[in-house]
Amino acid sequence: MTPFIQLKNVSKTFDVSAPWLNRVIERKPQSFLHAVSDLSFDIQRGETLALVGESGCGKSTVAKLIVGLYASSTGSVTIDGQDMRIALTSNNDAARALRRKVQMIFQDPYASLNPRWRVADIVAEPIRTHKLIPDGAALDKRVAELLGFVKLTAKDGEKYPHQFSGGQRQRISIARALASNPEFLICDEPTSALDVSVQAQVLNLMKDLQREMGLTYLFISHNLQVVHHIADRVGVMYLGRLVEIGDKKEVFGAPQHPYTRMLLDAIPDLHMTGKARTPVAGEVPNPLNPPPGCAFNPRCPRKFEPCDQTRPELLNVKGRQVACFAASAAVNFPTLPQVA
Amino acid sequence: MSKPLLEVKNLRIEFPNRRGLLTAVDDVSFSIAPGEVLGVVGESGAGKSLTGAAIIGLLEPPGRIAGGQILLDGQRIDNLPYEAMRKIRGRQIGAIFQDPLTSLNPLYTVGRQLVETITTHLDLTEAAAKDRAVKLLEEVGIPAARERINHYPHQFSGGMRQRVVIALALAAEPKVIIADEPTTALDVSIQAQIITLLKGLCRDHGTAVMLVTHDMGVIAETADRVAVMYAGRIAEIGPVADVIHKPQHPYTIGLMGSIPEFESDRERLIQIDGAMPRLDAIPQGCAFNPRCTKVFDKCKSVRPNLMLAAASQAACWLHETRV
Repeated sequence: MTPFIQLKNVSKTFDVSAPWLNRVIERKPQSFLHAVSDLSFDIQRGETLALVGESGCGKSTVAKLIVGLYASSTGSVTIDGQDMRIALTSNNDAARALRRKVQMIFQDPYASLNPRWRVADIVAEPIRTHKLIPDGAALDKRVAELLGFVKLTAKDGEKYPHQFSGGQRQRISIARALASNPEFLICDEPTSALDVSVQAQVLNLMKDLQREMGLTYLFISHNLQVVHHIADRVGVMYLGRLVEIGDKKEVFGAPQHPYTRMLLDAIPDLHMTGKARTPVAGEVPNPLNPPPGCAFNPRCPRKFEPCDQTRPELLNVKGRQVACFAASAAVNFPTLPQVA
Repeated sequence: MSKPLLEVKNLRIEFPNRRGLLTAVDDVSFSIAPGEVLGVVGESGAGKSLTGAAIIGLLEPPGRIAGGQILLDGQRIDNLPYEAMRKIRGRQIGAIFQDPLTSLNPLYTVGRQLVETITTHLDLTEAAAKDRAVKLLEEVGIPAARERINHYPHQFSGGMRQRVVIALALAAEPKVIIADEPTTALDVSIQAQIITLLKGLCRDHGTAVMLVTHDMGVIAETADRVAVMYAGRIAEIGPVADVIHKPQHPYTIGLMGSIPEFESDRERLIQIDGAMPRLDAIPQGCAFNPRCTKVFDKCKSVRPNLMLAAASQAACWLHETRV
C-alpha cells in the first residue's frame, strides 16, 4: 500500500544571485540557497508527523512545497498516489479535487484572516471556491456547523476578525481549513503566536477533530513539548535536511543524532528549578555557505574523521532513521573506539 | 533577606480614552533584593510589560502612573522630572527588550553605541570607554570582540545581537535590570546560552533582575521568586519552586497544567476555558471568576487581595480561611 503522503527526494533551491548587471560588472557568480535538499518521508493516513528544527532550517518551505505554494526544484510530492504537480499546473476536475483535499493553517491568526470580511464569509470561501454547496440556507447551515466544530456559535459568523482574540481567530482559521472537507491539514506553527493556556485549547481541539474526522496532520513547530504532545512521528531538520526521523517515543526517548539530543537538552525543564541548562556552543551556519560534510559538524560534540568531508545518509538505527556517522558507527561497528 | 533594592508599592497604571479610564495595572506590589531574579509571568495583556516600562519611566502616553510608588534604594523614582529620570535610566536601571534588532540602531556600529552609552553615564575618556566596550563584549561572550566592535548590528546573528543588547544594558553597571522577554525571539539552543549568560552576570555583579516572560520554563530555571499576573493584578507570588510545584491560585494551577510536558502521556492538556477579559470589561470581584472552576459567591462580588497560601501569597478567597 502506498502511503497517503509521500515525498521523494524533494529539493527547493532559491536563486539569490545579485542582479545580472552587477554579476557581469563585479564578476560575481550566481548564488543559490538550498532551502530544502533531498527530503524524503511518508505520512500514513490518520497520522500526525511533526517537523521540528530551529528557524531557517526549511520547515516552512516543506509546508509550502507540499501544499503547492512553491513548486519543488526536484523530486515529487504525491498525495493518495496523485502527483501534487497536477494541482499546480492544470485546472481540471482532478486538480481541483486534489487541492480540496489539502488545506493549511498558518502561524499568525492576525495576518491570515481578511479583516474586511465577516467570519461567515471567511469560512464559506473554500466552499464557494470549490462549489461544494450553493449559496443559501444549506451553506449557512454548513458554516454554522463548521463554527460549531471549533466551539464558536453561528452568531459569531456575523462578526469581523478584529472582534476575536488570538485563540478564537486561530479557531476560525481551523474552521476555514475544514470547510472543504480536507483529508490532510498542514499546520505551520499554529500555536506559536498564542499564550500557553490558549495553546492548550487549540491543541486539544486539533486532537479531537483528528479523531472525529480521521484527519492527517503535518505539524510544523519549533516547540518540542508541543510536538511531543501532538505528534505520532517526528522529523528533525537541520539546514534543509532531515537528520533524524522516527516514532515520537523513540526520537524523544533515546535521541540518536547529536543535534536532536542538543535540542532536547536545550529545553528549559519545569522540574529543574534553579538548575542551569548545558548551553550548546555555536549557531546555525549560513545556509548560503553550508559547511562541507555533515552540516552540523562545526557544533557537534561527537565529530570525528569523516564528518567534515562526507555527508552522512539517513540510515536505520535503533528503529528510526538517522543521518549521523557517529550514531550509525556505534550500531554497525560496535568494536570501533567510541567517540565521546 | 537583605534590604530590597527595588520596591513597587500599589502601582496603578491607567489609560484614559474616550469612554473613560482603562486600568491596565492595578494595585501591584513587589520588591526585588540585590542579586535576586524576580520572574513575572502572565498571558499577553496581563500588564507585565507595562509594569516594567513604568519602572524605567518609559510608559507611552496616554498611559500614566495613577497611583502607588516605585522606590529604588529607598528613593522614589516614579515622580521624578524627565531629565532626572534620564540620569537614572541606563545608569541605575538597565533594560533588555525582546527584539534585539529593533533595540539597536542599525546605522551605528555596536562599538559606537556602547561608547555612547558608557560616556553618557560614566566619566571616562573616549579611549577608556572603548576599552570598556571591548571588555563588555568579551564578558557577554562575543568572540574576537576587538574586531566585532566595528561591525554593524546586521552583521551579527540574532543570538549575538541579544548579547550586544545585554552588554549595552550592563554598560554603566546598573543595580537593576528590567529584562522584557529577552529570549522570546530566539531559538531554544540560543535561548539556553542567553539565559545562562544573564544569570551568571547577575550573580557576579549582584544585580537585581525583573525578568518578564510568558515562558514558564525560562522562569523555572532562572528566577528565585515568581509573580503570576492576571488582568493587571498579581494573582500569585512566591518562591519559584513553590509556585511551579504547588500552585495555589486556580489560574496558576490551570496555567501550569496547560504546558505540555515530556514526562506525561496524557491525551489532553488541562485547558482554561475562555480568554482573559478585555480591559474595559474586567468582571466584578475576582477578575478570574468567570473562568474559575472553584468559583463561589464571594468571588463574584468582592475582589481578593493577596493572602498567605502555603509558602506563597495568592489573591484567592479559597485561602481566606487559612489566615
